[in-house]
Amino acid sequence: MDWGSIFSNAAAAAVGLDTVIYALAALGLNIQFGYAGLLNFGQAAFVALGAYGVATMVAIAGLPFGVGVLVGLAAAVVFALLLGLPTLRLRADYLAIATIAAAEVVRLLARSNTLTDYTGGSNGLQGFAEGFYDLSPLSGGSYGFGPWTFSARATWVLLVGWVLVALVALFTWAVMRSPWGRVLKGIREDEDAVRSLGKNVYAYKLQALVLGGVIGALAGFIFALGRASVQPDNYGTAFTFFTYTVLLLGGAARVFGPIVGAAIFWAVLSLTDGVLRGAISAGAIPSALMSTSQVGQVRFMLVGLALMLLMIFRPQGIFGDRKELALDAR
Amino acid sequence: MPADENAPAPGPEAAAQSDAHGATAIGTDDAAGPRKLAATLALADVPRVPGAPKPDPVLVADGVVRRFGGLTAVDVEHVEIQRGVITALIGPNGAGKTTFFNLLTGFDRPDEGSWTFEGSSLARVPAHRVARRGMVRTFQLTKALSRLSVLQNMLLGATGQRGESLLRAVLPTLWRRQEEANTQRAHELLRRFKLDAKASDFAGSLSGGQRKLLEMARALMMEPRMVMLDEPMAGVNPALTQSLLSHVKDLREQGMTVLFVEHDMDMVRDISDWVIVMAQGRVVAEGPPEAVMADPAVIDAYLGGHHDASLADLDETAVEAEVDAEIEKEHR
Repeated sequence: MDWGSIFSNAAAAAVGLDTVIYALAALGLNIQFGYAGLLNFGQAAFVALGAYGVATMVAIAGLPFGVGVLVGLAAAVVFALLLGLPTLRLRADYLAIATIAAAEVVRLLARSNTLTDYTGGSNGLQGFAEGFYDLSPLSGGSYGFGPWTFSARATWVLLVGWVLVALVALFTWAVMRSPWGRVLKGIREDEDAVRSLGKNVYAYKLQALVLGGVIGALAGFIFALGRASVQPDNYGTAFTFFTYTVLLLGGAARVFGPIVGAAIFWAVLSLTDGVLRGAISAGAIPSALMSTSQVGQVRFMLVGLALMLLMIFRPQGIFGDRKELALDAR
Repeated sequence: MPADENAPAPGPEAAAQSDAHGATAIGTDDAAGPRKLAATLALADVPRVPGAPKPDPVLVADGVVRRFGGLTAVDVEHVEIQRGVITALIGPNGAGKTTFFNLLTGFDRPDEGSWTFEGSSLARVPAHRVARRGMVRTFQLTKALSRLSVLQNMLLGATGQRGESLLRAVLPTLWRRQEEANTQRAHELLRRFKLDAKASDFAGSLSGGQRKLLEMARALMMEPRMVMLDEPMAGVNPALTQSLLSHVKDLREQGMTVLFVEHDMDMVRDISDWVIVMAQGRVVAEGPPEAVMADPAVIDAYLGGHHDASLADLDETAVEAEVDAEIEKEHR
C-alpha cells in the first residue's frame, strides 16, 4: 500500500474544494441551527439557488458573472423569506418539515423537463465559469507545496473559497459576541423567555434564516464554479445531512466548528477510500468480500460508524463543551 | 382594616384617589414600609365584590373570554388591578389563572374581550410589545436560559439595546458603552439578589430557587412598571422562600405593581394587599387577604361544597341517620 499518497491525498482533501463547500454551507447552518436553534433541513436548496443563480444567469441569459452572484444571493434571501414567513411563528418542527420539502421542490424543479431551457434539466448547466476564472491573477502552472499543490484554476477557486470562509467566520465571531448574538442564543434556549423580555423573536429567527441561507448561497457559488458545472442531484437531501454531520462533528455554536468539521470529514473520507482501495489491491481484503467499486459506499458506512462513536463518546463535537451539553438534560 | 361593607362608598373613585396620591407622596423613596401603608389606605374603601372598581387602576380587563373547544377556561367580566399594590390571583387548580395571565401578557389570544394597561389597549398586542410597554412576566416553570451565563441572562433583559440590531452588531464601538452600563446595572441587581458570585456560571447550573431569583432579577433589568409573577414559590427550597418574599415586597416599595399567581396561602396572606379569587374561569371574590380567606364562597370554591366533612364522614353519618330512622320506625 502506498501510504505516502494515501496521506497526501487526505491532506489535500482537508483543504480541498469539498471542504470549502461544506465549511461554508455548515457555517450558514451554524447560524440557523447552532446559534438560533432553527431546524433547517433544506440547506441544500440555498446552496442550489446560489449555484443556479450563477449558472443560469451566465450560461442561459448571457449576463456577466457578477450579476449571477447577485441573483444567487437575492434568490437565497427570497427563498428564506418564503420559507420563514409562514413557518417561523409555528413550532420548531414545522420549519424542519417545510424546509426539507421545499428543498426537494427546488431540486425537482431544477431537473424538471419544463424548465430544461433555464436549468438544463437533469444534465444541469456547464460553461458559465470562465467569467470567474478570467478574474484570476494566477497564470503559472501550479501553486503550493507538498501535498497541497494545485493547478492555477484550482488554486484560484480555493483561494477565493477560503477567503470567503475566513470572512464568514470572522463575521460569525463578531455578531455572536454582540447583543444580537445573545438574543439569538436566548431564542435557542427558550423563545418564550426571550419574548417576555421584549424581543421580537420572529424577526430574529427570520434574520438568522436569511443570513444562514445567504451563506449557503456562497457555498453554492464555490460548488458551481469549482466544478464548472451544476447538476440538480448534487443538491439533494444527502448534501444537507452531510452538512449537519460536518457541523455536529466540529461542534455546533462554535465559530470554527464547521470549518474543522468539514476538513476532518473530507480528510477521513479520503483516507478510508485510500486505505480500502489499497487493501483490496494488496489482497488484504478478499475480492469476494468487497470490490473497488464498492469502496465509495463502504467508506460512508465507516464514516457513519465513526459518527455514532463520536456521538456516544464525544457528543459535543470536537470544539464543544461537555459541561454545556450536560445542562440540556435538566 | 375593618371592612365597611354596609356603608355605601360615596364617590369611591374620587375620594380614594386623592387618598392614594396623598399616601404615595408620603411613601416616596422611603425604606420598606410606607408603600404597604399607602396600598392599604388606597384599598380601604374598595368594595369587596368581584370586579370592584379601584381608585387608581393600572390594569383593567373587560369581558375577557378564552375557550378551548367546548371548555371556557377564562370568562372574566371585569377586573381592575390597583397601581403600586401587590395583588394575588388565587384559585383552585384549573381555575384559569395562568391562562388569564397568558392572555393579559400577550402569550395567548382571547376569543373576546379588551384590556388596558396604563390606559392604552393591549388587545392583539404581541407579547414582546406588552413587555416593552412595562408589563413583564415570569413563568410557572422557570425559564432560565440554561446555556447562557447568569450575566448574559441578565443582559438579555436590558431594553433598547443598540447592539441588538444586526447592522450595528458588527461594530462594537456603536454599542460597547451601553453594554458596559447594562453590565454594571446587571451586577448591581445580581448583588441585590445574592447571585453575584454566580455571574459567570451557566444559568443551567443554578438551583430551582436561584433560577426563580434570576428570572425575577432579569425581569427587573427591563425596569418594568408592572411585574406579573406566575407561581413565584413553586419548587423553591424553603430556605430561599423568605428571601424571595422580601424581594417581592421590595418591588412594591420601589413603586411597581405586582400581580402574582400562587397556591401557597401563607405567602398570599403574608405579602398581598389585595386578593382576587378565580374559580372555573370567573372572578368569584375580591378583597384584602384576611377577608377573602374567611369568605365562605372562597372556601367553597377551593374545597368544594362539603369542605367541612370528609367524604367518609359524610357517608357514615348519612347511613347512620338512615339506620336510626328505620329503627325508630320499627320501634314505633
